[in-house]
Amino acid sequence: MAELRAKTSPQGSDPARGSLIGKRIPKMDAPDKASGRTRYIHDINLPGQLHAKILRSSERHAKIVSIDTRAAKALPGVHAVITAADVPWQRPIGVAKDHLPLKTDRVRSLRDEIAAVAADSVEIAEEALGLIRVDYAPLPVLTDPVAALAPDAPRIHPAPQGADGGPSLKPGLPVAYTGKPDNVAMVMEYAQGDVAAGEAGSALVVEDVFRLHYVTHCCLGVSGVIAEFDPSGNLLLYSNTQVPFLHKREFAELLDIDPGRVRIIQPPIGGGFGSKLDIYPFEPIAIFLAKITGRPVKLVFTREEEFLASPTRQPVLLKLRSGCTKDGVLTFREVETLHDNGAYTSWGATTPFVMMQTVSSLYRVPHCRYRTRAVYTNNPYAGSFRGYGNLQATFAVEAHMDRLAEALGIDPLEFRLKNAQDPGEVTPQGMHFKTCGLKDCLRTAAERGDFLRKHAANRARWSDGDPVKRGVGMASMLHVGGGAKIYPSDGCGTILKIDDFAHVTLITGASEIGQGSETVLAQLVCEELGLPLSAVTVVNNDTDITPWDVGVHASRTTFIAGNSAIGAARKAKDKILALASSKCGDAAEALDLAEGCVVKKATGERVFELAKLIRSLHFSDKAELVMTTHYYEPPSVHQDKQFKGDVSAAYAWATQVCEVEVDTRTGIVRLVKVTGAHDVGRVLNRLGIEGQIEGGIVMGQGYALTENLMVEDGWVRNPNFRDYKLVTAPEIPEIDVSFIETMDGEGPQGAKGVGEAPAICIAAAVANAIYNATGVRLTSLPFTPERVYRALHGAAQPLEWNVPQ
Amino acid sequence: MPARIDIAFRLNGVGKRASVAPETSALEMLREVIGLTGTKYGCGEGECGACTILVDGVTINACLMFAADCDGRDVMTIEGVNATPRGEALRRAFVEHGAVQCGFCTPGIMVQAWHLLESNPHADQATIQRGIEGNLCRCTGYKKIIEAVAAAEAVERGQTPVEQSREVQRG
Ligand code: FES
Ligand code: FES
Repeated sequence: MAELRAKTSPQGSDPARGSLIGKRIPKMDAPDKASGRTRYIHDINLPGQLHAKILRSSERHAKIVSIDTRAAKALPGVHAVITAADVPWQRPIGVAKDHLPLKTDRVRSLRDEIAAVAADSVEIAEEALGLIRVDYAPLPVLTDPVAALAPDAPRIHPAPQGADGGPSLKPGLPVAYTGKPDNVAMVMEYAQGDVAAGEAGSALVVEDVFRLHYVTHCCLGVSGVIAEFDPSGNLLLYSNTQVPFLHKREFAELLDIDPGRVRIIQPPIGGGFGSKLDIYPFEPIAIFLAKITGRPVKLVFTREEEFLASPTRQPVLLKLRSGCTKDGVLTFREVETLHDNGAYTSWGATTPFVMMQTVSSLYRVPHCRYRTRAVYTNNPYAGSFRGYGNLQATFAVEAHMDRLAEALGIDPLEFRLKNAQDPGEVTPQGMHFKTCGLKDCLRTAAERGDFLRKHAANRARWSDGDPVKRGVGMASMLHVGGGAKIYPSDGCGTILKIDDFAHVTLITGASEIGQGSETVLAQLVCEELGLPLSAVTVVNNDTDITPWDVGVHASRTTFIAGNSAIGAARKAKDKILALASSKCGDAAEALDLAEGCVVKKATGERVFELAKLIRSLHFSDKAELVMTTHYYEPPSVHQDKQFKGDVSAAYAWATQVCEVEVDTRTGIVRLVKVTGAHDVGRVLNRLGIEGQIEGGIVMGQGYALTENLMVEDGWVRNPNFRDYKLVTAPEIPEIDVSFIETMDGEGPQGAKGVGEAPAICIAAAVANAIYNATGVRLTSLPFTPERVYRALHGAAQPLEWNVPQ
Repeated sequence: MPARIDIAFRLNGVGKRASVAPETSALEMLREVIGLTGTKYGCGEGECGACTILVDGVTINACLMFAADCDGRDVMTIEGVNATPRGEALRRAFVEHGAVQCGFCTPGIMVQAWHLLESNPHADQATIQRGIEGNLCRCTGYKKIIEAVAAAEAVERGQTPVEQSREVQRG
């Protein structure tokens, strides 16, 4: 029996000096948002603006024989109709540069962009689309990723050709786009130790196969962009990108201009969750239209388009084998996965970066091998989505851990505790867990969720005749919590200025995507400067003003931008205290900032009012400003070619216990309660972090139970909210969250990133809970009533790993 | 030129005239013709509630209503809800209780919650949950929204005053 010992908040927040850390701080942008005053991209209209619409393929895989745009061009109110032929200088976009914004010789999926219109109104643009005639010559359709590996499978990316049979991109153009010899988009392999030796030393080996489905972001605000060129050819883009600085460079390359001539303004975003991490064709297309018409061009999706033409979470088929000793110590683990890449390569193909971390390092595994292949098909393509592969990996690993525990006859908690990481561990993959609250997370969630008692009691009820069963399941997770050095730099810049009224303008490279980063950054600055939150304005949405940042992803903003903001604030504080010291004679070290004043550290006695002191600096013969800059680069490393290295400056941990009710007559699974324990380093804004975790839990609930983008033979069957079921208010579970504060030494005030963590465990914990309720193990997501009912009544087909080598 | 229909209605308490095409939705009219952008487009199919408005005191998805059908009606949007005491209590509660993340669903939920409290001043938690069932939120997990509506309701009943001082003002 595992020992239960909860330890929450070993270091609570220090309430001294009116500290804001750990308090419930409302978001700075909430009043505007709650009153409908916030102007999202959909609400912005520029004088003279045209409206753009895109014609997408009606075929899943076909040659484009001809496109006739004459009738569309002749429609009054139409300013431009473009196809690939009008932009011969376009370049491939995306992670593998395998994707032309406007398709030349063939279409590879239903979302493929064939032509675009700019017109006086959306209605005229739509009418014009209806007048474009496209002749297709259908090609064999490939939608099964296993079949994509067959030697005679249709090729999705042969070398591109124009309608004349010649190369579609003429020689001499900047980028050669040569096509792919087979359907393998990406391979990633990782190994540590000696798996054969590990297996030889195992008393027990278990193998499982899991299948993960398509889901999509469903940001409430649909995608949109506004592009405008000035007469000198400088591009201004209103965009909801999560990576403005990287995209500035990509758009400049696309246009073959100096990146200094691209400015990106980010209006408030109606949800991100990773969906805006890549460039998608609609953005270059709006830019092409703006360039060709010389007018601002606004392009906004419909909801149907959002479902069809924005990225998905990547579907995965996954085989997992592991072994352990008879005492329950893991000996080896071997994972092979097949990712359906869809027609093009976006970030979805790179999610194995994260998946292999969970496989190799969530628990101590001495020997490990991991291999992923992502293959092209004629399906929708996958991007990055909150959790970045970790929902998929954790689903498999944590369901599999329960299977191992059962085979051993050990309870799931004890088995996990036996193999859990400890602080100080450096894993064979090179991750250094300077702080690690996993064992505390396990114990806390188990205790607060009454896991062991319920787990045993539910099992005893398997055959008691009651058609409604209760189950409890647990799962844990490991995720980067201190940025992720997926580029050579993982840094963020800050410019901080304090005006002559002691009002601070915090100019940060980090974007706000609804997660509350601007409030947390302001809080951290207030903490250093002894100012109230109302004394800070955050500027974070204009690349002409803000300093460089890698972007909003990998739960990095609080950690990286937070440390950057703290650095800038400390420099300002040093300058102010040095000035105060020169005026009052006390040593700078004996002074501090509090409540808008310079005070004596020892007594709290006020020496100067901050605003007055700064004014005296402005209006003196020194005539100086208090304005500082800071660039923070975390002490993490860019992983080597073997995927080894300490990729993050800190790692976040969590355990979630899910309780379900399963109606065996209908297959309906109700998520009753989620008890979570999260190692967040330290709570900075309690209101904000609760919101992130609750939102993530419900997103995980959708992934486990209700959401399913139904892709059948390349057709998307349910591109609307009626048939794509998001969780609604009456369906949410009771939520109980504990924070494990491990006070990370590198984190801002001890905090770690937490944005992605809460969504990760739910599906695995629910699978384990359904098993605990019924004795039936489900290995394919989502757990819809139909799937559950079939499994409970013996009608489910077991999954097989029939993937060719 | 397609026929246009001249209509007259009350919008947030003020008389309003407009000339609209027959196929124009109330949502389009509010956003594109009149310029009140607090009402949001989330789906255009009556499935998300981002476009919720009040027509003659009843909540309606503006995306499903023809603009022409506003003729002679009393229409209230988030901009009007805002200016009422109940709207103010709700806004404060949404801010205080962390019910807002990206904020895109928020105006629609505010209007729905306003109507809920108008018609059921003693709504319990389950009633609130059912009351906002037609409003999707991708960010918050609804918990804080439900808490905020309950808190605004408590304020109306004179129970717990929402602290006013903590509301943050942007520089
Ligand atoms: S936009 Fe009207 S319900 Fe979604
Ligand atoms: S706050 Fe983003 S959708 Fe509700």
